[in-house]
Amino acid sequence: MNVIIQAIVTGLLLGGLYALVGVGMSMIFGVMKLTNLAHGDFMILSSFIIVVFLQHVTNNMFVALILTIIVMLFFGTIVQKFLINRVIDKGADSPLLVMFGLSVIIQNALFLIFGPNAQIINTELMRTNIVSTQMLSVSALHLVNFLVAVAIIVALTVIMNKSSLGRAIRASSSNIKAAELMGINTKRMYIYAMGLTIIVTCVAGLLVGSTFMYFNFTGTQYLIIAFGVVVIGGMGSLMGTLIGGMILGLSQLLGATFFGTPYQTLSGFLVLLIILSIRPQGLFSKAIRK
Amino acid sequence: MSNKYIMQVEKLNIHHGDLQAIHDVSMNFERGAVISIIGANGAGKSTLLNALVGLHKPTSGKITFCDENITGMLTSKITSKGLSMTPEGSGIFEDMTIMENLLLGSYLPEAKKVRNEQLKLVFELFPVLKEKEKQLATFLSGGQRQMLAIARAIMAKPKMIICDEISLGLAPVIIKDIYRILKMINETGVTLVIVEQEVKRSLKYSDYAYVLVKGRVVMEGPSQELPETEVSNAYFGIDKYN
Ligand SMILES: Nc1ncnc2c1ncn2[C@@H]1O[C@H](COP(=O)(O)OP(=O)(O)OP(=O)(O)O)[C@@H](O)[C@H]1O
Ligand SMILES: [Mg+2]
Repeated sequence: MNVIIQAIVTGLLLGGLYALVGVGMSMIFGVMKLTNLAHGDFMILSSFIIVVFLQHVTNNMFVALILTIIVMLFFGTIVQKFLINRVIDKGADSPLLVMFGLSVIIQNALFLIFGPNAQIINTELMRTNIVSTQMLSVSALHLVNFLVAVAIIVALTVIMNKSSLGRAIRASSSNIKAAELMGINTKRMYIYAMGLTIIVTCVAGLLVGSTFMYFNFTGTQYLIIAFGVVVIGGMGSLMGTLIGGMILGLSQLLGATFFGTPYQTLSGFLVLLIILSIRPQGLFSKAIRK
Repeated sequence: MSNKYIMQVEKLNIHHGDLQAIHDVSMNFERGAVISIIGANGAGKSTLLNALVGLHKPTSGKITFCDENITGMLTSKITSKGLSMTPEGSGIFEDMTIMENLLLGSYLPEAKKVRNEQLKLVFELFPVLKEKEKQLATFLSGGQRQMLAIARAIMAKPKMIICDEISLGLAPVIIKDIYRILKMINETGVTLVIVEQEVKRSLKYSDYAYVLVKGRVVMEGPSQELPETEVSNAYFGIDKYN
């Protein structure tokens, strides 16, 4: 019984982190109907950059994160403006290929610069347990991951639903021509959406990088997790990703508990398949359009 | 304000790929007037209007709005100059609420300043939108959609509004209502360009009319002076115009 409770708690907390990994991908898809195949690499790239700042510039984790966000915003703007915006209205294939190419480039660049070694962001949190009884142990890191993830997803949802910027971004995804007629520069909205995504992704990069080891090629692994989260929750639904992440985390941990650790990933995606066969549009997508 | 024309179109040619949809079209829209563009399906009306607001790039020719050359300008930029449009099929944001649609109408900084005042006006003109402000636009009826499109267009307090086929598929009483409101809007000094398929209605509600056949202007003049039968003949492609 204890093991099951432990698995449920850890699974839900891990799920929050997964949701944060997926929410950026959901956002990009929701706004510009683009499946960002480099999403995981964006995140791992920010994990690498945070470490660079921590080693050479500052000891303060928060400062390192802010600096990383600034660098990544610069990177994201260039990618959006000079790569994605140029091909986004040329059908579905070209943007997909561009992002795939970018993924390959990032992974190889990371390899050239940092080599093949495993990395991890060192934090005090890692070694602290908040709850530690015979029944249950909860690491501070997992709890912080979860709380930060929830806070960020809620904040993002509020920005998208209540602010003028969020409204303009949604208008650009709803009807490009009409949005332009409202005076909205839709391509610029794409850049802003990418910017918001980048900020969230950098936070995810910090949390993931301090929780698990990563390599230059680890982005792909998180791309698959992001896919799972977004597909369960429903493409483009931000709150859905939170539930999607928790379902994925929960099914992974329960699977690992019952069938052994090698089955962790498999059981997660088994649940994904089951949900997809029942609700192909995901749990929280507003039905299928067009 | 020296120029009596708010918009001038000179020798406009527009293509869709290889197909030329608009041939050498020149037009002058007088400030404060209601201008009607009449033409059958496929005459090129939407192509022309879309070019006026920058949604379609003309091959050659010049478009001037308020003495400024706006040819080839981004739509979002043109909108900021005071030109609004209700696109064919209303073009409302389906998955957003009525209120959100209206707020988007006053997205630009200049428009935000007059937001409250325009919102009040809009709800006076269209009380039904006030009732349904929290509903998603996708649940509106055809007539209500056109009303929302007009309401959204006037949120920015534009100098000129272009309406593409505002009456298509609507019941006669609703059409009458919409034209009554358009007239009220025009009386506040807004220039209107309306596209219609119905000759009689076009001439009745406008000050000046252009007849478009296969992408060319074949007839134009003050609406009261244009003989309805001749316009109809041109419209249906009878005799000399074919
Ligand atoms: N996107 C497009 N690609 C290719 N051809 C087009 C496109 N849009 C319009 N056309 C062609 O251009 C011509 C003019 O079309 P347009 O839509 O401007 O006519 P219209 O007068 O608005 O017609 P309707 O009354 O049916 O709305 C037609 O022959 C049409 O087939
Ligand atoms: Mg048309």
